[in-house]
Amino acid sequence: MTNLIIAALLLFLLGLAYQQGWSRSQAVATATGTRLHSRPVYHGALAAVWVLVPAVLVLGLWTAIGPDMTRNFILSQLPPDIAALEGNALNSAVARIMALSSGSGVAGTVEPYEAAAAQALDQFRLLSYLVVIGAAAGTGVLALLLVRRRIVPRLRARNEIEMVVRLALLACSAIAVLTTFGIVASLFNEAIRFFTFVNPLDFFFGTVWNPGFATTGTGAVGQYGILPLLWGTVMVAAIAMLVALPIGLMTAIYLSQYASRRVRDVVKPIIEILAGIPTIVYGFFALVTVGPALSGFGQAIGIDIRSTSALTAGLVMGIMIIPFISSLTDDILRQVPISLRDGSLGLGATPSETIRRVLLPAALPGIVGAFLLAVSRAIGETMIVVLAAGNSPVLRANPAEPISTVTVTIVNQLTGDSDFAGPQSLVAFALGLTLFVMTLGLNVFALYIVRRFREQYE
Amino acid sequence: MDMMAGKFAANVTPLEEGMSLSDHPIRLEARDVCVHYGAKQALYDVSIDIPDRAVTAFIGPSGCGKSTFLRCINRMNDTIEGARVTGRIALDGEDVYDRSLDVVELRARVGMVFQKPNPFPKSIFENVAYGPKIHGMVRNKAEAEEVVVSSLKRAGLFEEVKDRLHEPGTGLSGGQQQRLCIARAIATRPEVLLMDEPCSALDPIATAIIEELIDELRENFTIVIVTHSMQQAARVSQKTAFFHLGKLIEEGDTANIFTNPAKKQTQDYIMGRIG
Repeated sequence: MTNLIIAALLLFLLGLAYQQGWSRSQAVATATGTRLHSRPVYHGALAAVWVLVPAVLVLGLWTAIGPDMTRNFILSQLPPDIAALEGNALNSAVARIMALSSGSGVAGTVEPYEAAAAQALDQFRLLSYLVVIGAAAGTGVLALLLVRRRIVPRLRARNEIEMVVRLALLACSAIAVLTTFGIVASLFNEAIRFFTFVNPLDFFFGTVWNPGFATTGTGAVGQYGILPLLWGTVMVAAIAMLVALPIGLMTAIYLSQYASRRVRDVVKPIIEILAGIPTIVYGFFALVTVGPALSGFGQAIGIDIRSTSALTAGLVMGIMIIPFISSLTDDILRQVPISLRDGSLGLGATPSETIRRVLLPAALPGIVGAFLLAVSRAIGETMIVVLAAGNSPVLRANPAEPISTVTVTIVNQLTGDSDFAGPQSLVAFALGLTLFVMTLGLNVFALYIVRRFREQYE
Repeated sequence: MDMMAGKFAANVTPLEEGMSLSDHPIRLEARDVCVHYGAKQALYDVSIDIPDRAVTAFIGPSGCGKSTFLRCINRMNDTIEGARVTGRIALDGEDVYDRSLDVVELRARVGMVFQKPNPFPKSIFENVAYGPKIHGMVRNKAEAEEVVVSSLKRAGLFEEVKDRLHEPGTGLSGGQQQRLCIARAIATRPEVLLMDEPCSALDPIATAIIEELIDELRENFTIVIVTHSMQQAARVSQKTAFFHLGKLIEEGDTANIFTNPAKKQTQDYIMGRIG
């Protein structure tokens, strides 16, 4: 409610500032009889920006210091014996009063001092909101008055607005970059905390994954060898690529070189639908259909294939990746200039010779790039392996047995009760960081190769 | 008209002493060739005889169908979706559109050089050896080298590239690339060489070198060249065919076409009034 009021107030201020800037600029121009440098809309927009900035700064300041001030106020209202509490006990006492004040209710009986404190908090909140709204509106109006004075015919309002827009665009693009850095930093931070519990050497080179249960305070640490998980990840990804690469490549060759336009117009969108299916759907497709089918097939030929295994997960993941490879490779093959194809055909090469000896070699860097991007997707894929790989973090070579991957283990370690104090949950960050470094490396390498390919024909 | 005639007459390559075009046997014979791209007709009833061991030039303004007709001869139009060719084109009396004819074999006999130099992204050596290799014409490295060297020599490129045969063909200059493509085309020992505006992407000096080369190649190949440059047609060809709006307007000895055209359209084009 209060937020809505603030938003409405800001909007009103903005509208007022825009209108004032607009009309003031015209009035100034008429009065002095000179031509405006910028059209009135720019003066209006500039006034609005100048009003918005201080008001937003005031609100931002309150968001930053408000919660601390509120907490200090509550503490000042508590009896000395309660205020002397520490840690969780104090936090829960404060939380009870905030819950009472906001009317969401608390468990157990309400002590008289709690009710009194809650009432005082209500008043404090009302007062602080009024102060904040007043301050925001006040600075806004003040800014408007100042800005009105600035408006003269030669004011370069358009240039200033263009600068503001440029800054806004820069800020938007900075968000993605900063988020990436923030995620990496937090991964690093928590991973380093994990390595205070577990020796990095044991983590990166350990062959046993047995984290034990999160029993805080027992001192039991468990074993955190990442190798079984990495092995599982690599095995599933390798099986997936064994499925996806040949099928995807052949599909791309057919679509780009042999298919008539009519066939392509029908087939290509259908293949791309494969890429749009949510991975969880592939997951239960693997669990319910492919796993049992593989297992039955194994029985028929006398091989023991478990229904949830690296094979099942890899097979389904491969199907998921086919459109990724076929689509990228199709685009890359079409980028090879038609004159090369004609040149080869004109020498009496068959279409097949042309594809094998001219088109594929010319497109090879691009295809390698597509392949690496697909591998990094396979490594990061989660839902299919959660459901269909069997979740068995043991180092073994048989793909027909259950395995576990890095992604699956992260899911396991973070679901359920986790307090982020022990290695059992912190290990997720170390695993995430490892995964991130792997996929980042592959992506950078793939982009490098794809870029080199592009330069070749431009 | 007399002024124009004088201008071109000096350029026309004369036939060998005491020889007329009619002494050259007919190599290629086209009768009533029509080409449709989808619903659009690009070529109307073209009939022409192309003499052996001489250069025949197709001239005409852009979009007149001369390249389309050229691409019919080695059936490169097959690669264009929706293209349909009717009529008869015979190479040594054999219909190239006959069902029994293998298009791969045809293209080995009828080489082609394209408008834009299109060397493969391979080494100079591999570019020239490509055709002989896929046709099984060379059995080992020594034979391949022999073919590559002799083809490059005939294309007048060998001296310039002999020290870098294993460097990429795409690293050569435009004119060198085009001569590389000519070497690549003659390496498969074709009987007919089709050239689709081979000099349009080249500077005047590279153009002069290629024209000289075409004149030399005429001793061993039947050459058909498409060009938008009338001067080029006059310089290199013995027979000229003028195309306009998909129709073959006039054909004959180059000297005749440029000095004494029978049709008004040909005359207008040569005088620079159309195109």
